[in-house]
Amino acid sequence: MLKFTAEHEWLKLEGDVATVGITTHAAEQLGDLVFVELPEVGAAFGKGDDAATVESVKAASEVYCPLDGEITEINQAIVDDPSLVNSDPQGAGWFFKLKLKNVADAGTLLNEAAYNELIA
Amino acid sequence: MCRKLSQRASADYRRHPLDDTVELKRTPLYDFHLSLGAKMVPFAGYEMPVQYPAGVLKEHLHTREKAGLFDVSHMGQVILRAKTGRFEDAALAFESLVPVDILGLKEGRQRYGFFTDENGGILDDLMFSNRGDHLFVVVNAGCKDADIAHMKKHLADRVDLTVLDDRALLALQGPKAEAVLVSLGADVAGTKFMDVRDVVVNGVACIVSRSGYSGEDGFEISVPAANAVDIAKALLAHPDCEPIGLGARDSLRLEAGLCLYGNDIDTGTTPVEAGIEWAIQKARRKGGLREGGFPGAARILDELENDVSRRRVGLKPEGKAPVRNHAKLYSDAEGNSEIGEVSSGTFGPSFGGPVAMGYVPTGLTAPGTTVYAEVRGKYLPVTVTALPFVAPTFKR
Repeated sequence: MLKFTAEHEWLKLEGDVATVGITTHAAEQLGDLVFVELPEVGAAFGKGDDAATVESVKAASEVYCPLDGEITEINQAIVDDPSLVNSDPQGAGWFFKLKLKNVADAGTLLNEAAYNELIA
Repeated sequence: MCRKLSQRASADYRRHPLDDTVELKRTPLYDFHLSLGAKMVPFAGYEMPVQYPAGVLKEHLHTREKAGLFDVSHMGQVILRAKTGRFEDAALAFESLVPVDILGLKEGRQRYGFFTDENGGILDDLMFSNRGDHLFVVVNAGCKDADIAHMKKHLADRVDLTVLDDRALLALQGPKAEAVLVSLGADVAGTKFMDVRDVVVNGVACIVSRSGYSGEDGFEISVPAANAVDIAKALLAHPDCEPIGLGARDSLRLEAGLCLYGNDIDTGTTPVEAGIEWAIQKARRKGGLREGGFPGAARILDELENDVSRRRVGLKPEGKAPVRNHAKLYSDAEGNSEIGEVSSGTFGPSFGGPVAMGYVPTGLTAPGTTVYAEVRGKYLPVTVTALPFVAPTFKR
């Protein structure tokens, strides 16, 4: 199941683990990324907490944790090469995997149609 | 993310940040930028292209590899002509505001300078040229109105000032800049760094200086506003020439170690602190033929003799995180001893990592010194590094 947040993150939910990244729209708005800082594996976040940081040439932006959960895996590839987020933001440019505290929380997020309307 | 993005999506960026009703100004190339797919942002009261579809990284790298074309028409272009009609009188008048040897500047040559204030601080930095019977001055967009008022206030008795608000300014920078300009019939192959001359470009009379803000060989082309788009199109028709936005302009100049007024220099920095005292020639220093005679002379001449307490240095962050303007600097890794501040910082695509400049105490200015920059609550090591980060390629 693919879900979106109003803060321009996407989640791909498989069981109780969500793969999280930033949307194509967000990546386009940010421009070329030059730096990514990811959370530690095992760190716990609440919905809306700062989970990661990205920097484009011009400015830094925060990536928020979309739902309560614990980081189970991070994507070192985007730390090594931030341009991966620009070239494949909703695929190989994923940020981290989050074990959700409550799988049902995902239902509160936007579906693709609702997100597309938001950014239209 | 993106509380920032959400705000930006709904913001009407054409409103002046301080006044809801004032619209941002546009250069003669505004519509042309849009036609090229530029992303426009407010800058110094103008709507300017921050990047084109290629993006900041590619635009930066292209400029160092081939030729990049920048619209810098937002900057102020001004003529100072002495009431006597003699260049010498215009030069001496201008010297009363600028601590540089202007009288000694040969015709057809350009120099870097800056306005100082009574405290020895810097009001703006600028370029000026000896055009035979007048001075041609280019000032920063953000200070344009204040600079013009400053010049009128102090020089109106001796000099007639004309603002060239019917001209655009294009910067063509990079190793292929000469080839691109020559392909439009411009007679510039024989020029060298800081030459200025009248040049016919594609049949249009322009003022061309061999200078810029990128650290690369290149030209600044003053063209009548009515011809600006045609000249830009003609330059871009060359396969090696691409449009470049302000985003790359900033990373290029930072790699070149060049100051940005408002970041690295301002009224709170003196020329010696800023490391631009090289622009103050012997004639204006103690013992020189025209010693002093500019605002802040007592302090500046003293600093030239007796040193300063802090200096601008290059700073290389040791990790991957950029360190930006206003980040505080500390001498210790725990952040107990604050010693200065970062004045400019970004990612340097040619350098291959983050680059920055900032002010540190004179005792910590030796290249290789480690200091710590506060970024998001952490203290990241940065190393004092000799400027520039990327060697210049001026045609001297």
